[in-house]
Amino acid sequence: MERMAASSEIREKLRNKRRALQDTLVKNKNEDDIQALVPSARFNVDQQPTAMKEAEGSDEDPGETLRRTFRAQRQRRKKKLLEQSFVQECHDAEDAEEVPNARRHSANEGSADRADDSVVSTRPPTGSQRALSVRSEDSSSSQHLDTYVTRHLQEKLRAARSKGESLQQQEASEVSAEPVSRLQRLKNRDTVTRFDREAEPISAGRQDDPLALRSRVKFREAGRRVVKDLPTAEEAFNFFTFNYEPEPPSQQEGVSRKRQKRRERVKKDKGEDSQEEAEVEEDAEAEEDNQDQNEYQSEDAPLVRNEDDLFAIDHSPQDFVEMRKAEYVAYRKRVQRDRELLFTPSFRTVPTSVKLPENMKPRFLEDEGLYVGERPPVSLTNENILENRILKMAEGNKWFGDDGKVIALPDPIKESSTRPPLFHMEGDLDPALQTVYRKALKSKYANLYIAGAADPEGDYQLDVDVSGLIFSHHPLFSREHVLASRLAQLYDQHLSRQHNNLTGHLTDKLNGLRNALQNMMKIHGEQGSSEALRQRISEYSLEVRNTRQLRDTEQEKDRTLLRSVIKVWKEIKALREFQKFTNTPFKLYLRRENVDRASDERDYEGEILAEVLELEAESEGEYQKKLAEYKKQLEDWKLWRRKQKAKRKKKKKKKKGLAQEDTEEEDQDQDESESEGPFEEGPAKPQPPERPDVDSMEQWVREKASRIRRKPGEAILIPELSASGSITASELCPRAEIARREDVSRRSLFIKILYNDKEVSRTDSRSLSADFRVHFGQIFNLKIINCPHSINLQVFEEVGSSCSLLAQVFVPVPDPSVVTGSAPIEEFEFSSNQRVMFDHEGVGSDVPLSFESDGSNRLTLLTSGKLSCCVSWGIGEEGVPLAPPVSQQPGGTHSGRWHLDAVSYIGASGLYDMKKIGEWATQSRLDPNDPKNTSIMQLLKVASSGEVTAPDYFRLEHLQEEFNFVTDEELERSRRFRLLRLRNQEAPEFRNYKFVPLLEREVSDKVFQDYEKRLKDGEIIDTREHLDPHRALVAKYLQKIRESVINRFILAKHFYQLSDLVTEEEIPSIGILGINLFKLAESKRPLKPQRKERKKVTAQNLSDGDIKLLINVIRAHNIPIRKPLGNKPGQSSQSALQGSDWYLSQVQVRPFVEVSFQRTVLQTTTADGPNPSWNEELQLPFSAPNGDYSTSSLQSVKDEVFINIFDEVLYETGPGGKERGTSIHTQIEKHWLGSVKIPFSTVYSQSKIDGAFKVNTPAVLLGYSREHGGSSSVYDQWRSTHGGTFLRLFLTIEPQLVPGESVREKFDSQEDERLLQAAEKFEKEAAQGFPDRPCITTVTDLSGKTVFITRYVRPLNPPQEFLDAFPNNPQEATTLVARFVSLIPSLPDQVSFSGTCDLWSTCDQFLTLLAGDEEEHAVLLCNYFLFLGKRAWLVIGTAIPEGTTVYVLTHEQSGYFIWNPSSGQFYNKDDSFCPLQTVGCLVNADNVWYNVQENPSPLNTNFDITKSNMWKPFFSRSFSHPGLSSVQPEELVYRPIDRAAAAELQDRVEKILKEKIMEWRPRHPTRWNRYCNTTLKQFLPKLEQSRGQDVAEGHRLELQNLLGDYRIAGFPLHLPFSEIRPIIEAVHSTGVHNIHSANVEFALAVYVHPYPNNVLSVWVYLASLVRT
Amino acid sequence: METSSNPSVFLLTVNGQIEGANFPDYDSLYCKYCYVYGHDWAPTTGLEEGITQITSKSTQSHRLIWNFPLEITFKSTNPSGWPQLVVSVYGPDVFGNDVVRGYGATHIPFTPGQHTRTIPMFVPEPTWRLQKFTGWLLGRRPEYTDPKVVAQGEGREVTRVRSQGFVTVSFHIMTKDMKKMGYDAGPSSPSAVQSEAQSYVK
Repeated sequence: MERMAASSEIREKLRNKRRALQDTLVKNKNEDDIQALVPSARFNVDQQPTAMKEAEGSDEDPGETLRRTFRAQRQRRKKKLLEQSFVQECHDAEDAEEVPNARRHSANEGSADRADDSVVSTRPPTGSQRALSVRSEDSSSSQHLDTYVTRHLQEKLRAARSKGESLQQQEASEVSAEPVSRLQRLKNRDTVTRFDREAEPISAGRQDDPLALRSRVKFREAGRRVVKDLPTAEEAFNFFTFNYEPEPPSQQEGVSRKRQKRRERVKKDKGEDSQEEAEVEEDAEAEEDNQDQNEYQSEDAPLVRNEDDLFAIDHSPQDFVEMRKAEYVAYRKRVQRDRELLFTPSFRTVPTSVKLPENMKPRFLEDEGLYVGERPPVSLTNENILENRILKMAEGNKWFGDDGKVIALPDPIKESSTRPPLFHMEGDLDPALQTVYRKALKSKYANLYIAGAADPEGDYQLDVDVSGLIFSHHPLFSREHVLASRLAQLYDQHLSRQHNNLTGHLTDKLNGLRNALQNMMKIHGEQGSSEALRQRISEYSLEVRNTRQLRDTEQEKDRTLLRSVIKVWKEIKALREFQKFTNTPFKLYLRRENVDRASDERDYEGEILAEVLELEAESEGEYQKKLAEYKKQLEDWKLWRRKQKAKRKKKKKKKKGLAQEDTEEEDQDQDESESEGPFEEGPAKPQPPERPDVDSMEQWVREKASRIRRKPGEAILIPELSASGSITASELCPRAEIARREDVSRRSLFIKILYNDKEVSRTDSRSLSADFRVHFGQIFNLKIINCPHSINLQVFEEVGSSCSLLAQVFVPVPDPSVVTGSAPIEEFEFSSNQRVMFDHEGVGSDVPLSFESDGSNRLTLLTSGKLSCCVSWGIGEEGVPLAPPVSQQPGGTHSGRWHLDAVSYIGASGLYDMKKIGEWATQSRLDPNDPKNTSIMQLLKVASSGEVTAPDYFRLEHLQEEFNFVTDEELERSRRFRLLRLRNQEAPEFRNYKFVPLLEREVSDKVFQDYEKRLKDGEIIDTREHLDPHRALVAKYLQKIRESVINRFILAKHFYQLSDLVTEEEIPSIGILGINLFKLAESKRPLKPQRKERKKVTAQNLSDGDIKLLINVIRAHNIPIRKPLGNKPGQSSQSALQGSDWYLSQVQVRPFVEVSFQRTVLQTTTADGPNPSWNEELQLPFSAPNGDYSTSSLQSVKDEVFINIFDEVLYETGPGGKERGTSIHTQIEKHWLGSVKIPFSTVYSQSKIDGAFKVNTPAVLLGYSREHGGSSSVYDQWRSTHGGTFLRLFLTIEPQLVPGESVREKFDSQEDERLLQAAEKFEKEAAQGFPDRPCITTVTDLSGKTVFITRYVRPLNPPQEFLDAFPNNPQEATTLVARFVSLIPSLPDQVSFSGTCDLWSTCDQFLTLLAGDEEEHAVLLCNYFLFLGKRAWLVIGTAIPEGTTVYVLTHEQSGYFIWNPSSGQFYNKDDSFCPLQTVGCLVNADNVWYNVQENPSPLNTNFDITKSNMWKPFFSRSFSHPGLSSVQPEELVYRPIDRAAAAELQDRVEKILKEKIMEWRPRHPTRWNRYCNTTLKQFLPKLEQSRGQDVAEGHRLELQNLLGDYRIAGFPLHLPFSEIRPIIEAVHSTGVHNIHSANVEFALAVYVHPYPNNVLSVWVYLASLVRT
Repeated sequence: METSSNPSVFLLTVNGQIEGANFPDYDSLYCKYCYVYGHDWAPTTGLEEGITQITSKSTQSHRLIWNFPLEITFKSTNPSGWPQLVVSVYGPDVFGNDVVRGYGATHIPFTPGQHTRTIPMFVPEPTWRLQKFTGWLLGRRPEYTDPKVVAQGEGREVTRVRSQGFVTVSFHIMTKDMKKMGYDAGPSSPSAVQSEAQSYVK
């Protein structure tokens, strides 16, 4: 109200102010760095409080905003929101004029702020994620803080407004209570990250487009809303919930919708006050608003204000941006602020009074005797902290129990471990605890499943309803109980009798019969008797008699029952009297039914009369019958008597005569006794039957009637048992009885349900009631799949924790018709013979018991009772009984059960026996119409026709076809599947096939061509290719071996050892450990750095072009030099040649090296002289087959590196006709001098090869001669003969590849295990000592078995021809033998078997295969040498270029010689050009010696194997030679020389070669010099004979003479024959065909020299002739 | 390269990241990854192997965060040999030696959409105690000869391993032409994928 006065004055001022503000606002909106400036903006606002305060009152829009912001700002700064009330207080004090408004605002500002935050925080772009994370992190403490804040808010409100206090509080609490979860999070968040938050309103606000307008609109709108419709708490709640919609878009929508609404309203307002100026209107509104606010002051609308404030805060901070210094907050202040913010729970114990509701005392349940579980151990401080913390929370008290402690569950941790430790010491184990192995037993129910149980309709269910249990006797019965139960039983009996009313029935029946009889008698009396009628009467009377007797017994029973009921009741009464308490509620009432005495008596008498009459009649009838019988008997007797008399008379007549005849008759009787004795016995005189005594009879009837029947006039007694009596309370009972009752109350019972002897369920445990009844009332639904055999209910009694089986009740399996609902509950009696005795009132069981005082009439009672239960089949959802079909009802006989299931009947294996199935089908009477049986019936039909025989297979997987991916035919037909399958089988062509096309059509048939060809080749032997049928066969055989071995390797590759998968450091010995420790101290950069190994590259991540083959051609020795060719015939004098002039002027030789590898050819520069030095590095790219760089693939690379040495010859051709004199044509020819072949596999496996290679030079080089110049020392002489040209090379692969590891030879072996182990150990030790020296003790034979190496060495006979050839010259024979061995072609195993695994074939295998590795050659050679009487050993070592290889060592007088078995060359041990580089071990038939000398090169090796410090023997004294037999045959058999075949082969080879050469020269004519051909051909056999030595010179001269002025270059090639291809390649590699001069002619001659056993030596003489 | 109407290969694009790991006892770890795939698969673009930065745990969280992006596209003609991501984690031990902290592998998810995989990691165990000790002392723990071993079943029976921790990898999978080639890789609706992914995580 005060404001009203002030407003008119300052309106003008304010207007200006507001305009300025709006300008700034707009400006700010346009700036982007608002966020950073926000704090300062806020401070700025704070700094100008006076100016703003003026604006506050009248100017609604920005002014109010500002004011609020100020306040919020200030409060924040000072008090951090939590203590707003305090802030408010002082603030109020400061500017009292605004009190009314300010209070309200301040009250709401906090929440408004929060609401604002919430809006922002859920908006996706403004870092909602952070908010979320914060929320989740602090959720634990949020509650506490929240309540804290709420409380403060409440306090503050209370202080501000005394009037509307109650209302306000209610609402506030509503707010805090209802959306509590949301608010909590919010508030909490706010407190935690408030500085981050402050920026967010801005970004939110910035979204608004016409900001200035809209903000204004908002303010106005907010104000309007306050005025017009104060939102209720519910609305407010909705507002909050709105904000918290999880999906941002909808929320956005909501917000925008609101805005829109507001805008609309604004429009409306404007419409109303359209004449007014906008500003005026605003002012007016503001005033109105203020008024309204004041008006509504008393009312509490904090939430409304919230909304208001929300928008205020959105924009105001940006309005006043100003740079400002950071404000220093004093430490103490900060601490204080922190204290306001933070809560540190105290360690101190919380007083109990705080934790409990007021006016309550702690209640300790333990003290009251209740069980309280043990609490988990928590340290006291922690507990205190927790309690303090909880107390700060809303409703914190609910966490505390009655005892003032935090509610806690009992400690779940067991003290002892659940699983006790097991001790495996067998001996220590208690024998009782030892486990005994029992074979698994097949359950006898295993295959007794109900047929069709698998399908859903065969879902059977048994309902077992256990309703209750009544004990007829229980050990805990008191005497009274015993009597009572007897009484109850009797009464039950009585009732049931009464119910049945047998007596009545019988009486009625009797009456009926009597009536009928009487009627009949009447008829009988009137009409006379007919036979039939009489018969019927007698029948009826009989019936009457029987019925009467029955009635009498029944009546008697009734009577006794009644009597005993009364007697027992009397006993009970007596007992109760005696013991002075009552235990049972039973009371027997005897209802008297008075009867009319007269009529009763009449009835009684009538009954007796009737009975008597009947009895009389009966007895009369009986008497008559008896009388008739008597009479008959008497007649008989008389007759007999007469006869006797007659006899006697005769006698008497004889004696006395006839006297006194008349008297005789009278004395008859007297005499009889006298006379009869001596005479023979006759039938006794029948006694006449007694007449029935009617009187006595009546007497008897009356007696009986009085016994069994009610006396006339006596009242009818109807007993009625009721349980209405009261039981004496326990307190009034004697001690023993109390004990009994307590015992009863301790007991409880439950029932286990056993189905087929397996427990399926059990009832709850119910306590035994005082009247010994237990009610369960539980129904168990048993889903069954097994045939029901027994349903057993076991009654268990529980006392405390122990339970004992009381009794078992077997319930019959119900009929399928018995279904749940219709089945009545039956009672099954049970009893137990357990002996139980008590020392209290309980009578026990199986204990004699007497009710008489004298102890007589003892009875023994057993625990017994009745279980009422009901077993029936369940009913399904649609009312279908879930019972098995009747035919399958298993309750029947044994045979019936078997018929259920064919499998159980005939056994699973019999299922395919038609006869058995048929038998079963007939026996089980299968329903042929049942669709389930169709398949069987069909099968039987077919079977009975006799056409089908039972299959002789066993089907394991019936569903195989169903699960097949596609049909087999399709699988066969599809090319794609075929490809996939072949790849999976690792067929060599497809092993690494990539990208099997997805579609069938993309697989071309071409893919299979190779594969199919190979398959076809397997059958057809191509003789044309091989030229030699034997070799073709051998090649095939080799191929097969190769395949089998490869397969075995592939298999072996799939067996992994740990070392294959895991690289692990070797267990270091102490020494290595020490070295390693020493290494730690090593200097990091030593002065003399050591050469480091190149990094090895695993072959997996390589591709084409990555690998290069580096060949460093260093130099050559002893290259043949050119010989001057005599231009004219006859000029051949040596003197001319040796002329020094010529020597200087003439070029000796200009050699260069050409290297070809994988179709790449590179060559060095040309050097001069016979000992050139190139020192050039050649790089040849390498590509693996199929781009597969795996180890196995690289190992199987068959490519070879060809290194050829050529001589570059320049010829000046005759100048052409026209340019004569002006130009000189020079023609370059290259003449082949020799070659070196190095297989790639060698390079790969050795990673680098460095050394001098002996160049294969032809025996004769036409036009060249070996250098003999200089000093012709002995050594040189020797060298020239033995040695030859040497080429020094260095080969390696860049980058270094990891060489393939040798396939572990995990093959089985026939060797002794001990030997194998020793061998392994020996090799291991050798490898440790000298890793670079090979040591082999065991090898693999062709069948893949491990064999000890010495078994291969055995003297074997060379072909006899060799021995015969030089009988006197053993040296010659030796070389011949060596030559023979070298002529057998070499085939490295590595290449053929694609793994570095050596296979050793025996000598006979080797000779049959005619192909082998170095070791086969060496073994054969060694064996021959041994046969020749030499001392020979196998040398296992490394050589150039083979790598690890086997040579032969011989010892002769002149020293040790080392033989290269593949070339037939031998070297002296001291020969430095010996290719053998290291000597690993020596092997002979007896032992293996390992070289332990320091220098392994043969030059420095001492071959004296007896010295154990140089050679370590395998078999020593400790492990002696076990006498291993040889694997070699005793004798080798050779096939004789086949000269005809050799001649044929010779022709064919020649023809093929000629064709090839012409083929290689497609553009030039190839002319053959026939004359030269024949000459060369004649010459070749000589070469063979001399083994290519020392024949060149003479031969050349001869040739020269013949050819005259031809310039001739040529050489003979010598090869062992294996196939035609190597020959062709060798010819091609010489490059003879490359001579392109026009006038060149060629000469070619082939000679095949046969040796025994089809070993062939092939010579090819090639020459080019140029006419000069 | 192929006409869209008549493709001969299908494509599988994997985007994602090695998000982080949970190795309770170790810190400063880095991670290597590579892919293992069958014969009929080939990467067309993207990195086939990679190595992450070394990451350290923050003081609050016990997770190691790499957020190392994966991006690769495979082409294939056969779902057999579906690519697997093999990750191996290394880090310094007490003495500063770089030792392996875990190997793990997971198949690239089949279905398009977003997936998160938590890969349990393990390391081979030393064969006996002394080796364990010396390996610890010298920083030479047993390692697989090739980390790709963990993506195959063959030969694994000879090894013994110890579990170490977890690496979480998220994938965004796209496929092309799978359906055209007759392979239906399950639900394509994102919600279904999402739920499935979640169930996987569980």
